Amino acid sequence: MTDKYDAIVVGGGHNGLVCSALLARSGKQVLVLEANDQVGGAAVTREFADGHSVSACAHLLYQLQPSVRKDLGLRPKLSSENMATIALDDDGDHVRITGNTVTGAREGDAESYRAFHKRMTRFADLLRTYFNKTPPRLGTSDFSDLLTLGRLGIDVRLLGKTEMREFLRLIGINIHDEVTERFDCPVLKGAISLDAVLGTHLGPRSPNTIMTYLYRLAGDHGRVAMPTGGMGSVSEELAHVARDAGVTIRTGMPVSRIIIDNGRVAGVETESGERFDSMTVISNADPKRTIMDLVGARHVETGFTHRVHHLRMKGNAAKLHLALDGLPAIAGLSKNEYGDRIVIAPTEHYVERAFNPAKYGESSPEPVLEITFPSFRDPSLAPTGKHVMSAVVQYAPYALKGGWDDAARQEFEAAAIRVIEKYAPDITQRITASELLTPADIEREFHITGGHWHHGELTLDQFLFVRPVCGAAQYRMPVDGLYLCGAGAHPGGGVSGAAGRNAARAILSREKAA
Amino acid sequence: MTNQEVPQGRLRSPFHSRISAVDTLNQWHEWKGYSSADALYCEDTEYFAIRNTTAVFDLTPMTKYRITGPDALEYINRLVTRDMSKIKPGRVAYAVWCDDRGQVIDDGTIFHLKEGEYRLCSQERHMAWLQTAAIGFDVSIVLETEDVAALAVQGPTSFTVLSTMGLDGLEDLKPFGLMNFDFDGADLMVSRTGFTGDLGYELWIEPGKAELLWDALFEAGKLHGIRAMGTHALELARIEAGYLAAYEDFLPADATVRNGRTRSPLELGLDWLVDFKKPNFNGRRALAEEKRNGSTWRLVKLDIEGNKAAHSSYIYSREKGNRKEIGFVTSAAWSPVCKQNIAIGTVRVPHGEVGSNVWVEIYYQREMHWSRAMAKATVVDKPFWFPPRRSATPPGPY
Repeated sequence: MTDKYDAIVVGGGHNGLVCSALLARSGKQVLVLEANDQVGGAAVTREFADGHSVSACAHLLYQLQPSVRKDLGLRPKLSSENMATIALDDDGDHVRITGNTVTGAREGDAESYRAFHKRMTRFADLLRTYFNKTPPRLGTSDFSDLLTLGRLGIDVRLLGKTEMREFLRLIGINIHDEVTERFDCPVLKGAISLDAVLGTHLGPRSPNTIMTYLYRLAGDHGRVAMPTGGMGSVSEELAHVARDAGVTIRTGMPVSRIIIDNGRVAGVETESGERFDSMTVISNADPKRTIMDLVGARHVETGFTHRVHHLRMKGNAAKLHLALDGLPAIAGLSKNEYGDRIVIAPTEHYVERAFNPAKYGESSPEPVLEITFPSFRDPSLAPTGKHVMSAVVQYAPYALKGGWDDAARQEFEAAAIRVIEKYAPDITQRITASELLTPADIEREFHITGGHWHHGELTLDQFLFVRPVCGAAQYRMPVDGLYLCGAGAHPGGGVSGAAGRNAARAILSREKAA
Repeated sequence: MTNQEVPQGRLRSPFHSRISAVDTLNQWHEWKGYSSADALYCEDTEYFAIRNTTAVFDLTPMTKYRITGPDALEYINRLVTRDMSKIKPGRVAYAVWCDDRGQVIDDGTIFHLKEGEYRLCSQERHMAWLQTAAIGFDVSIVLETEDVAALAVQGPTSFTVLSTMGLDGLEDLKPFGLMNFDFDGADLMVSRTGFTGDLGYELWIEPGKAELLWDALFEAGKLHGIRAMGTHALELARIEAGYLAAYEDFLPADATVRNGRTRSPLELGLDWLVDFKKPNFNGRRALAEEKRNGSTWRLVKLDIEGNKAAHSSYIYSREKGNRKEIGFVTSAAWSPVCKQNIAIGTVRVPHGEVGSNVWVEIYYQREMHWSRAMAKATVVDKPFWFPPRRSATPPGPY
């Protein structure tokens, strides 16, 4: 059987859905092929224990771009909005962060944080402008590239002399240096450090962690929300919008290869042997899977293969899901604060120490955690009176020495629960079921090479002009008709839709030019 | 991993004992770790052996890689610009390979030894690039330079010498063909290839039989003017044949820092080696674009007036007045066999079309003082030296 489409999107992650919807609205016949039975990629809601559901991978919404909301008319229903971050303190003197306000830290910290937040959001805003554009190429005479580059230069300069210097000083350095210079309270320093390293293979002392912090802020000034019904509801809304626009979405259809005929894309073939023809194939899969597995090295050139092969994309964040027969008692936490975002990163050193073993392929014996109780504000996720906990636990290196066998998984899960227990002593007796997703599981279940949130480490060498790699930074791969629209492309991961939107725009503007 | 003995200092070829026995000049240089002779007794005599009788050159230091595995053909086909699926087992192909920007990394010969098994020979070493190119392919690449002793046997009487040595059936071997013989119980592979542009062969054998082969060869060639030669004589012969040399006529792209100092195969006159019918090969996209937009440089073979070799000369479009420098000479020599002042150079397009005239500025020294001459040169198409015997099959007896 052979069907012909104007464009085929490989993978129905949120970026793939955004991209397909925008293309369909421009009059294209678009087919989305999703390997799993559910669309959404890593933004899905899944039942992990009888009657208990959580967002299976991504669990907080803080990146969804206003441009994407506007273009597609999205109105995600939120169960929590503008969630506070509560950084747990060993003695119950927790630090609470909302927007530019900090309470519970030491003297002077609140004021310092306000100034810090102001500067950081200003820099993040600058980055955000470029998140919604195709990154310019360097060393070309293409007018739009030169314009964007010139604009970037002007925008940096317009920060003013002092702030421009600060921007250039900070962009490459580490978050540890910055927090130790500005703040006194270890819990605050730990919480900011954690925000900078979540989802990365970086510790607070690793260079580049200011940039990852800015990336996080660039989404929505660091405002965090939780969609009603979990992240899956965002994906479902996107799928709905896409279908309304005329997109055909087929789930349970893993693509086994992208067909290259005479040097250009000709379509895709699924694992079941079905073939779909199209002169345009847009991959929502990560760059490594796209090039090395779906296309094949023989259809691209050596230098390019080499760069893709060496993309750093080994994940280090695990997901822990607990079914609880009631909310655990956390000392010093008021009842309604269970609806907020709770982090365990008591000092900046604690975060770094958690990272240390990961450098040598070992998991953290004392991990850092980002914890939510989604059922607190969204009772639909658990049976009456019961609750679910969804936590990001770091560090759990993808390439664990000895592999992620049952013993290793149990050890890491136990370590995470031991850490939670320090603050919520009754947690163990409340657990009725649990699920741990290591990066290896994330790779298998969500088809992300290395199980990395961002489809590739978000570092300066894999960012902006060079994301994912030189020669492919403008969504176009060096095979005619092949595009990339996922987190591996500019700007990166997080449920933002920016890559999907930018890719659609790049494809359409290229068509116009041709 | 076991401890391997790493040879210290310069390596000696398995033919070293024989070559040093005829050597009187003690003039050696380093070639990829080996001692290699510039000349052995008189480079002119050695050169004339190539053109008039038979000269033997030790090419053991030539870098050799064995490429095998299920994806060997696909791998090589992506590596080089020409279509290797047309090169059947028992055939040899001259080929060139490029980086992603379509700039030449090196040229060399690829021997299709048997189905799915290849040997790649080049002047430079390329393991890093070959390994990088192997990502995503099921191939094995092994450096076998030290495991194979090799001799070039070149010149009009070379066929006669080898026949006399007992290589029956060699008369059927066409240029760029391979044949295997038994030599003292070992496999002797003979290819009709070379770097001299003359009738000639290359012999490949296990190092343990090297001396025996040398002795047998020289015994057989005794009445046919066989002589050993060094690299200087070979250099002159290769310029006459119009062959390119890395680091002379082009720079390997992976060892070049400055932009614009590398060359594409189109700029080296190797268009015939670039097969755009192949859907993908390394450098294809860049080369297709170059083909559309035009190249920057053009390789020229120059027939120059006078007899002063135009080493490193600037090339001008006209002799006097508002003259513009358009390029430079990369290899030059007075060719004794052609009685011509010849050179290979690189000029900016649109200059240097075949049949056009350019001027070369030749500096020469007479008793300490430098002089300068402007010499008119004609751009020629064919190699300077291309005798019919080079491709005649069977080759004639001389």
